[in-house]
Amino acid sequence: MNPGNYILLSAVLFSIGAIGVLVRRNAIVVFMCVELMLNAANLAFVSFARMNGNLDGQTVAFFVMVVAAAEVVVGLAIIVQIFRTRSSASIDEPNLLKY
Amino acid sequence: MPATGAFSLIWVLIALPLAGAAILLLGGRRTNSWGPYLGVLTVVGSAALAIWMWLEMMGLPAEQRTIEQSAYRWVFAGGLSVDMAFQLDQLSMVFVLLITIVGALIHVYSLGYMEHDLDRRKFFGFLNLFVAAMLLLVLANNYLLLYVGWEGVGLASYLLIGFWQVKPSAAAAAKKAFIINRVGDVGLGIAVMVIFVTFGSVTFTDVFSSVDEANEGTLTAIGLLLLLAACGKSAQFPLQAWLLDAMEGPTPVSALIHAATMVTAGVYLIVRSNAIYDRAVWAATAVVVVGLITVFMGAIIGSAKDDIKKSLAGSTMSQIGYMITAAGLGPIGYVFAIFHLLTHGVFKAGLFLGAGSVMHGMNDEVNMRRYGALRKVMAITTATFFICYLAIIGIPPFAGFWSKDEIIHAAFERGPVIGALLVLAAGITGFYMSRMVAMTFFGKARWEDDAHPHESKLVMTIPLIILAIGAIGLGMALLFWGNIETWLEPVTGFATAPSPLTTAATIGISLAFVVVGAAIGWIMYARREVPVTAPRGSVLTRAARRDLYGDDVNEVLVVRPTYWLSRVLIWFDRSWVDGFVNGCADLVGGISGRLRRYQSGFARSYALSMVGGAVVIVVALVLVRLS
Repeated sequence: MNPGNYILLSAVLFSIGAIGVLVRRNAIVVFMCVELMLNAANLAFVSFARMNGNLDGQTVAFFVMVVAAAEVVVGLAIIVQIFRTRSSASIDEPNLLKY
Repeated sequence: MPATGAFSLIWVLIALPLAGAAILLLGGRRTNSWGPYLGVLTVVGSAALAIWMWLEMMGLPAEQRTIEQSAYRWVFAGGLSVDMAFQLDQLSMVFVLLITIVGALIHVYSLGYMEHDLDRRKFFGFLNLFVAAMLLLVLANNYLLLYVGWEGVGLASYLLIGFWQVKPSAAAAAKKAFIINRVGDVGLGIAVMVIFVTFGSVTFTDVFSSVDEANEGTLTAIGLLLLLAACGKSAQFPLQAWLLDAMEGPTPVSALIHAATMVTAGVYLIVRSNAIYDRAVWAATAVVVVGLITVFMGAIIGSAKDDIKKSLAGSTMSQIGYMITAAGLGPIGYVFAIFHLLTHGVFKAGLFLGAGSVMHGMNDEVNMRRYGALRKVMAITTATFFICYLAIIGIPPFAGFWSKDEIIHAAFERGPVIGALLVLAAGITGFYMSRMVAMTFFGKARWEDDAHPHESKLVMTIPLIILAIGAIGLGMALLFWGNIETWLEPVTGFATAPSPLTTAATIGISLAFVVVGAAIGWIMYARREVPVTAPRGSVLTRAARRDLYGDDVNEVLVVRPTYWLSRVLIWFDRSWVDGFVNGCADLVGGISGRLRRYQSGFARSYALSMVGGAVVIVVALVLVRLS
C-alpha cells in the first residue's frame, strides 16, 4: 500500500482538527479536535518512519503520546474548573485575561 | 621656627572657640542656661592665650618671630600636598590679638545686649564659630587653609546677619551677603588654583620665595583675582552692596564681623600677598583705584543715611577703602594699612557697640532723626562714643589720627592726587561723623512718645569703656611704643619715599579738612533744628540714600540678565528637552496602546493567529523549496 495515502490521510485529519478548533465553541469538542491534530501528526510520523525505513519517526510518536497524555490531564482539569465556576463549557466566555 | 613653649598651643587658639561652637550648637536646649557664659569663656581663653604668645614673641629676635606648627597632612593628591599647618608671625599676631580681644569684649557686651533674646545660646554658638573661622583665616600657613577660614567667616556672617530670620528683611540681607560674597570667593578659589599651577605649592613661604620666577602676567592675574576676593569680603566697589543690608543682624554682630574683623579680611589677604603685589604693578594700581572709589562711596552713603547703623556701615566701607588704598601703595603702605585696620577695629567696634547701647535704650529705634539730646541720659555711652568719634575723624592724639595720617602721608609719597583725594575723604568723614554725633547725642530730643532712654548695664558699658581707652591710646602705643613699622617689616616690608609735603604740612592740611568738615556737620545738625521726617534732599543725598544705586546697578547688570537667561533656559528645557523625552514616551505609549487591542481574551482568535502563522511559515517554506 502506498505510504503517501497515509500522509494524505494525516493531512486531512489535521485539517479537520484545526478547523474544529477554530469553529467549535464547546471546550470539550475543541479539546478533542486538538487530540485529533496530535494524532494526525503521530500518523504522519509513523508513515515517515515507514517510508524512510528507520525508527526515528516512531520514537517521536511515543514522545508525542506522552506529551498528549500529560496535556489531557492538565487540559481536562482546567475545563472542569471552568465548567464548575461558569456552568458552561463555552470557550468564548472565559475572556477576562485581556488588555 | 618650629613651635615650642607657648607656641605649641597655636592650634588651641582656634580649637577653643570651635569647641565652644560645637558644644553650644550641638548641645541643644540643655546648654541654654550656661551656654552663653561658656561662649564668652572660650573667647576670653583664646585672648589670654594670644596675649601670652604675644609677650613670648616680643622676647624673640625679629628673625625668629615666624612660628610654624603643622598639625597633620591634610590634602595629598598628585603634586598637591597641603598640611593643616599654622603660621604665627608678626602680621598674624596682631590680627589674633585684635580678633580675640575685641571679640572677647563684644562677647561680654552681647551678654547684656542679647539678654532677652530666646535664642541667646545659638547666637553665642555662631559668634564662637565666627571667631574660630576668623582665627583659622589669619593663622593658616597656606592659601587653601586660608580659603577654609574665608568660607567659614562667610558662613558665620550669613548665619548672624540672618539671626532674626523671622524678619524677611534679615533673611534677604543674609542671602544677599552670602551671594555677593560668593562672587569674591570664586575669585579666591581660582586664585588658589592659579597659584598652585604656577608655583606648585600653596604654602605662603614657598609661593613668596619663588615669586621672582613667575612671569608678571600671571602675577597680575593672581593679584586681580585676590583683589576680587578682597572686594567681596571687604565690601569694596563693585561688590559693596551687601554691607549696608548686613546691618539687619544684631548690633554686636555688626561690630565684630561687619566692622572690626571679617570685613578687614580682604586687607589681610592683600597685605599677606604683598610679595605678589610688589611685582604685579597693574594689580596694585587696581587695588588703589578700588580703594579710592570705595572711600568716597562709603563716605557719601554715610553722610546721607538716617539709620545710625547704616551710616556707620558706610563709614566702615570708607575706612576699609583707606586700608585697601594703603595696601595698594606697596611697601610704603602695607604697614599703615594694618595699622589703620587695628585702630579702626577698636574705635569702630566702640562706635557700633555705642550705637547698640543707644538702640538698647531706645526700643531698638535706629532712625537718628528720632534721637537727639541723649547725652543727658546716657553719660557713659555718650562719652565713649565721643572718644571713638574723635578717633575716627582723626583728631590728635586719638588713635585714628595716627593711622589715617600715616596713610595720607604714604599716599602723598606715591602721588599728590591720591593724597589729595584721601584728604578730601577725611573731610567728609569729619562731616558725617559729626552729623551722627550731633543728631544722636546733642540738639533737642525728638524721641517717640513711648521711648524711655536709659543708660545700659555695666556688662555693656565696660566693654565700651575699654574700647574707648583703646581709641585714645592705641595709635600712640602702636606707633611709638610698639614700633609698628619695625614690627611688621619682616613680613610686609617697609619703605619710605620722598613726599612733596612735609609731615607737618600733611598733618596740617588733613586736620584743616577734618575741622572744616566737622564744623559743617555741627552747624547743620546741632545748631539747626533736625526735622523728624527726612527732607527731600539734593540729588546726591537721594542717590546716597539708595546706596548710590548699588542695588539698581546689580539689578540691571546681573539680576535681570540672569533672570531672563533662566527664563529662556526654562523655556528651552520645557519645550525642547522635555518635548523630546515626552514625545518618545508618547510614541511608545501610543503604539503599545494600539497593539494591546490584539490581546482580546478570545482563545479562538489566538488559535486563528497561530494557524495563520503556521500557514504563512509552511507556504514560505514551500515557496523557498520550489524556487
